[in-house]
Amino acid sequence: MSEQSKVVDARGTFCPGPLMELIAQMKQSQIGDLIEVWSTDAGSAADIPEWINKVGHEYISSIEVEGVWRVLVRKKK
Amino acid sequence: MALNIVLVTGTREKLQMAAMIAAVSAVSEEEVNVFVSMNAIEYFMVDGAGKCAPSEGKLGELLESKNAPPFMQIVEQAVELGGAKFYPCSMAMDLLGAGQPELLPFMEKPLGLTKFLADTRGQQVLVF
Repeated sequence: MSEQSKVVDARGTFCPGPLMELIAQMKQSQIGDLIEVWSTDAGSAADIPEWINKVGHEYISSIEVEGVWRVLVRKKK
Repeated sequence: MALNIVLVTGTREKLQMAAMIAAVSAVSEEEVNVFVSMNAIEYFMVDGAGKCAPSEGKLGELLESKNAPPFMQIVEQAVELGGAKFYPCSMAMDLLGAGQPELLPFMEKPLGLTKFLADTRGQQVLVF
């Protein structure tokens, strides 16, 4: 069975909105949880993996479907 | 090393940029201190918090028309999610005849310029 992820729907918001919404969700999540951010802001889709790597969480994947980036990350600490 | 910001502008673009830098730095586990003075300070007071800052040009107009998050929302995220600290300039407070009750609840106690300069000596300081 595939692992469930929590979705942060940040479509329509601009930088740094998607990142901030991800961080707000991370603060409420448990270590090991998967979180998927949906963003229509291309800059945020590029920046979120940078932030993940800087602070030590796990960046898993990023795909773009019809103008919506789906960035999947795992809380590590 | 801390990131320090001197925020003096009253215009939308610079308030937005300063808020973005403060928030992203703070949530990236950097210490962030913002010294708020001059025309910026009215937006950090209870009476001025909801006021719309005038734009300087096209980007400021686009921030509003495209519903970018208001700078104060980003400031609040910087404080709540990243622990950024915002200090009102004591001189500006004196000029306004204002005290702590007139400031937004997250504002720290007023800070003098001399103390701010001493605390940030040798550190990165950005001015908006």
